[in-house]
Parts: sequence; structure tokens; C-alpha cells
Amino acid sequence: MTERARRTVLTAGLLGLLALLGWALADLPPFGTSPPTLGGLLAGRSLEDTHATNAVASIVFDYRAADTLGEEFILFAAVAGIALLLRAQRDEVEATSEDAAPGRDVPPTSDAVHLAGVVFSGGAVLLGGYTIVHGHLTPGGGFQGGVVLAGALLMLYVADDYDTFQRITSMRLLEREEAVGAGLFALVGLAGIVGGTGFLANFLPLGTPGRLVSAGTVPLLNLAVGLAVAAGSVLIVDEFLEQALRIRQRS
Amino acid sequence: MNVLIAIALLLVAAAGLAVVRERDPLRMAIAVSVQGVVLALLFLLLQAPEVAFAQVVVGTIVIPLMTLFAFVKIHGGAR
Repeated sequence: MTERARRTVLTAGLLGLLALLGWALADLPPFGTSPPTLGGLLAGRSLEDTHATNAVASIVFDYRAADTLGEEFILFAAVAGIALLLRAQRDEVEATSEDAAPGRDVPPTSDAVHLAGVVFSGGAVLLGGYTIVHGHLTPGGGFQGGVVLAGALLMLYVADDYDTFQRITSMRLLEREEAVGAGLFALVGLAGIVGGTGFLANFLPLGTPGRLVSAGTVPLLNLAVGLAVAAGSVLIVDEFLEQALRIRQRS
Repeated sequence: MNVLIAIALLLVAAAGLAVVRERDPLRMAIAVSVQGVVLALLFLLLQAPEVAFAQVVVGTIVIPLMTLFAFVKIHGGAR
């Protein structure tokens, strides 16, 4: 097929897609209304059912906690798969990281970048920890706080070079943290069965809405997800960093 | 649909166009990063702060970093 013919087919297809998409979008309820569907029902009931002021957290960690368990283990499997694929193969060796030109040390990062990285890293740790702990009260939650914590650790890589980053963060600790996070989620679920309610049921006392210790198992699950996601994200990026900077062909 | 959301949608479209039209991988990674930020802004305006939170870190930091490292690895560091 010539390029011209390909472009015609593509344009025709895209125009058809545009027409169908416009037709579908015109049927949507107006932005901001609460239609009488499951979403509207849950949004109305979530406060009295779970005593969590963040309706999204009560849906993610109480009504549909099983889905979140699945997502946790998807992340876990992804990290395991990446670690498996990006290890040093038989014909590769792990060397010290160096720049493209041989015989040249990695130039140190400028003072401005160094300072900015360190300052933002501290702030991001605070923000991430706050978001995880207050997941059932304010917008945010385990996953969001977890990725912000991962960003805080990665800021340290931006502030300096890879060797310093490797020395500061312990990958072993992160691997264990990730396993603890994923395992804690499953354990809280199993504890529901042992306690006589269902798997991942909210069996802890609900408390008064708005307090830090409230909403039963929701803050616990938030913590578990936060741990697992923070560690998992740093592990993923570290595998890529190691592969790009350290692993090279055995010469 | 109010003006802010319309502006944010236009910005997202512009950033997406920039990503597609860019050829140099480093610049494309930065364009993806910019699109991540603008998309997070759109999510915030559509009153989805959780999604915006996640999008800022994942779409702005992790995704461009991963694509950049993959490119560096495949092409042996040559720009």
C-alpha cells in the first residue's frame, strides 16, 4: 500500500472514531451531577458504613478491597518480573557506573541541583508520609503517598550520582519492605476470616469519623499499600538505573 | 464545561502533540514529563485529587525515566 493510501485509510478510520466518540460523549450526564447509580449510592453511604471521610478510600479499601489486593499483587509481580529480566545476564558484568567517554569520572552534580534535590527530598518524605497516614481522611491514600515517598528517594539520585544513591538506599531493605507491605494486606484480609467475618471485611472498631484512628482496617490497609508501593516503585527505577548505568557487556 | 477545564484540555492536547512530533529521545522524555504535569492539572480540575497525585509522580517522573533508560540501554549511550 502506498503511503497516500495508508493515510486515507487512517483518516477515514479516525473520522469514524471521532463521530462515534462524539455521539457517546453527548450522552454522558453533565459534569458534577450524582446519577442514581451504584457510584451515587456508595458516595452517600460511605460515611455511615465505614466512618471514613474520604469516600474513595472507603470504596478502594472496604467495599472493593479485593480489587486492591489484586492490584497490589500485580505491582509485586511487575517488580519481580523486572528484577528477573534486568539482572546481569551470562555475558554481562556489573561494573562501576561511568560516563560514555572511558577514563573519565562522573562529573559531580552542580550545587544548585544538589541543594534542590536534598530539600525537595525531605519535603516529599513528609508529604508522602502524611498522605499515607491520612488516607482515610483526606484525598490521597496508600498508593499516592507511596509513589510520593518513592519520588523522595529518587530525588536523592537526582541530587547526586548513582553510586551515592546506591550507598544511601539499601535495596535489600526495600525488597523486604515491599514484601511486608503486600503480605500485611493479605494478612489483614485473612484476619477477617479468622475473626468470623468475611475476607477483607472491616472488622476493627470504626471509631468517630475524622479522627486519625478510625474507619477500622482502612488505615492499616493504607499503610500496607503505601509500604509496598513506595518500595516497589524505587526497586523498579533502580533496576532500570542499574541496567543503564552499571551492567555492560563482558569484554 | 467551564473555561478552566477547557483550557486544561487544550494544554493536554498540545502536550500530546509535542510528544508525538518530537524525534530526539531526551526531548521526548521531557515532553512526556510535561504532559504528565498537565494531565495531573486536568485531573485536579475534574475534582479527582487521588488520580492527580498518582499521575504527578508516575507520569512525570517514573515513565519518562524508564523510557529514557530503555533508550540509553538499547542505543549504547549514543545520543
